[in-house]
Amino acid sequence: MADPMRIRAQAAGDKATVRVLMSHEMETGQRKDAGGKTIPAWFIQEVSATHNGKPVLNAQWGPSISKNPFLQFVVRGAKAGDKIAVSWVDNRGDKRTDEATVS
Amino acid sequence: MTTRREMLKRSAGVAGLLAGLGLLPEAAQAAWNTAAFDAKTMAELVKALGVSAPTESKDVTLQGPDIAENGAVVPVSCASSLPGVKRLMILVEKNPSMLCGMFEVSDAIDAAFSTRVKMGQSSNVTAVAVLGDGKVLFAQKEIKVTLGGCGG
Repeated sequence: MADPMRIRAQAAGDKATVRVLMSHEMETGQRKDAGGKTIPAWFIQEVSATHNGKPVLNAQWGPSISKNPFLQFVVRGAKAGDKIAVSWVDNRGDKRTDEATVS
Repeated sequence: MTTRREMLKRSAGVAGLLAGLGLLPEAAQAAWNTAAFDAKTMAELVKALGVSAPTESKDVTLQGPDIAENGAVVPVSCASSLPGVKRLMILVEKNPSMLCGMFEVSDAIDAAFSTRVKMGQSSNVTAVAVLGDGKVLFAQKEIKVTLGGCGG
């Protein structure tokens, strides 16, 4: 199981800015190890977010997103106390979901 | 004579080959647009997504550094002020595959995202917005990289 994500959601007016820091290797499949063998690709493919259980964001990622990916997005109509959940699925089928409360 | 060790080595090689060809079943890939992420040029990408060719527009913005010291971590933001944006994409032209990320925009979020991408070398970075009425707009910026982030 991968390490937990760090999620911070801050309300400003009628919107909330959500910043997510995921913990993932994001191996591109381009690199070679010391023995000259290609290191297989291992990266997050799908990211989704929900606001109080309602899906708001869906994203598909390629291997060229940086290691330990950062993502920032703005949720409309979110206020303090609301729940924001973010989940990802990588190309090996591993998944992780974490939740944060808007402050 | 074939030793056990050789056999193991060989079967591992075959498994690797199959994985490389995308023949091993991977449930997670069901919704992932392989053709789009394999695209090497804008023409291929446009075809894979089934949208029209993009036109440059001031209504799409792309922010990033002019010079990135470390190509492994280049912060970029894309946004669009237009209503009815369905999808936002970030592309790095000279990467092995152009498409970095594709964000589906719903009514509940702003069409604005920030993330960090890898860049193999100095290249044009493009933000593409696909609108609900089928229009495709883009904004472009050149980012110079002093240290590439793709090789080993």
